[in-house]
Amino acid sequence: MIALKKHPIGSMLTVVAVLLIFLPSFASNNYVNFATDALILALLAISLNFLVGYGGMVSFGHAAYYGVGAYACALLMKEMQLPFSVALPAAAGLAAAVALFAGYFCVQLTKVYFSMLTLAFAQIVWAICYRWDGLTGGDQGLSGIPYPDFSWLKSFPALADVSDGQFFYYVVLAIVTACVGLAFVLIRSPFGRCLIAARENPQRCTFIGLNVHAIQLAAFCIAAALAGVAGGLFGVYNRGVYPDFAEYTKGAEVLIVVLLGGSGTFWGPAIGAAVLLWLHQETGAVTEYWGAILGLILAILTLALPDGLAGLGSMVKRKLFGKPKAEGGAP
Amino acid sequence: MSETLAVNNVSITFSGFKAITDVSFTMDEGSIYSVIGPNGAGKSTLFNLITGLNRPDHGKITCFGRDITNWSPEKRCHRGMGRSFQRSNIFPALTVFENIQTAMISKHHEGWGMFLPLGKKHLEDVRRLLVEVELIDKIDAKVTELSHGNRRQLELAIALALEPKVLLLDEPTAGMSVSETHHCVELLKKIVDERGVKLLLTEHDMDVVFEISDRIMVLSQGQNIAFGTPSEIRASSIVRETYLGNDKK
Repeated sequence: MIALKKHPIGSMLTVVAVLLIFLPSFASNNYVNFATDALILALLAISLNFLVGYGGMVSFGHAAYYGVGAYACALLMKEMQLPFSVALPAAAGLAAAVALFAGYFCVQLTKVYFSMLTLAFAQIVWAICYRWDGLTGGDQGLSGIPYPDFSWLKSFPALADVSDGQFFYYVVLAIVTACVGLAFVLIRSPFGRCLIAARENPQRCTFIGLNVHAIQLAAFCIAAALAGVAGGLFGVYNRGVYPDFAEYTKGAEVLIVVLLGGSGTFWGPAIGAAVLLWLHQETGAVTEYWGAILGLILAILTLALPDGLAGLGSMVKRKLFGKPKAEGGAP
Repeated sequence: MSETLAVNNVSITFSGFKAITDVSFTMDEGSIYSVIGPNGAGKSTLFNLITGLNRPDHGKITCFGRDITNWSPEKRCHRGMGRSFQRSNIFPALTVFENIQTAMISKHHEGWGMFLPLGKKHLEDVRRLLVEVELIDKIDAKVTELSHGNRRQLELAIALALEPKVLLLDEPTAGMSVSETHHCVELLKKIVDERGVKLLLTEHDMDVVFEISDRIMVLSQGQNIAFGTPSEIRASSIVRETYLGNDKK
């Protein structure tokens, strides 16, 4: 209890980590699949929040880098028979390279102009995925993406009965943990501070000698690389990649996940990812109007929950005990 | 040693409007230089040209003998030129400590450090600086909680964190009460004495200008109409006609 009070986030993370590690041993495959899905979406959302929450750069086109990562990883594994351990980092690198090009132009702009240009580049990526039949399979996408080779692990007697799906769950868990850990470290580093400072006051940044565009471009590429990892993981998990990975609707969905969870906190987007997926799954059984529900969520968020789910606790506290809202504050 | 700052025949035009026309002056003797002139005379534009926010259409700016006309503001900053703005220009979501710490990160070229936590890095340097600008009791305060005067002190501290050799202050006493202004003037004098930094200010308060300046430049409609010591400027008939008014002694 004392630990929970002193380090509420650390305690909760420990509980979540333990649950995730032992999940396959006590939960059905459905739950394992849900967790895989949620982990990947959480990584994508945290990568976007790196830009939106910390960098103040609202990207409408983040799905493009998710798509690039997904297609690159899938193509390298399927067409070039490269192992997953090579294909995934290469996919992340390619996503970052595309972001370096697009971001160079995007960071010259601010606010809605920045957002629109990210969307424009994303639409180009989507169009290539959708139309380049010879490479991407066009609107049919690419199916039959192989799982990584787990046969060497199965040679251990204790692991002989573990399914490929379960092995892949642990791969996803390990990689997402590493990537989220990296994002966490970056935010607390001097670079992270400069990124926040560039969001807060780009002009002052310039006149303390910081190169705002370079900092923002680096953040753009890092976020894209992490999105590329998420895309690569999802393509393999899904056993196929499709143009809608890179479509603007995907970009909007991730943005909603970020806002739902709360862009002002590091872990908010991860909560948003789990909640949104759960809602999708639950409502999918009873209605086909998922898009309308998504719209409704966005409306409620904008009107009633500007700080997202992560801000819910402090908002309730404020309402109940009348504590004044803390102004400003680095997220 | 070459002069601190030399501005040679600098001009800039915005959409046909001549904001600055052939302005020249040199900062060499003395420590505190002021630029005065009526609203719209081009004082802030001149500052923007010197600090690199705008590039002149023609003319040359040198700093310690080096041609800096085409340098970026970041480069000028790292080579010893600091500035403050007319309206407080700080990082609103950060604390006082974090504001100055950020400037120190830049000063030490640590902004690309990605893998080590920042924590309380440079805490001692920040403390020392806050003692110097008399804001140490607000070290953990959020910027949004600061009074106007405190914000100006913080902005000065951010600029000083870069250890500039020449510091451009745009209206440092703007919006201050009489006692705050007096305090600010004393602080500026102390900083000049202790750090040996050269100041270039714009200032609307003529009492302040004539009290602390070693040299004064008078701008009118983007042109340098007079340059000299405070007593020379007081005595100048052209200045009296165009700016100070005849009631000034």
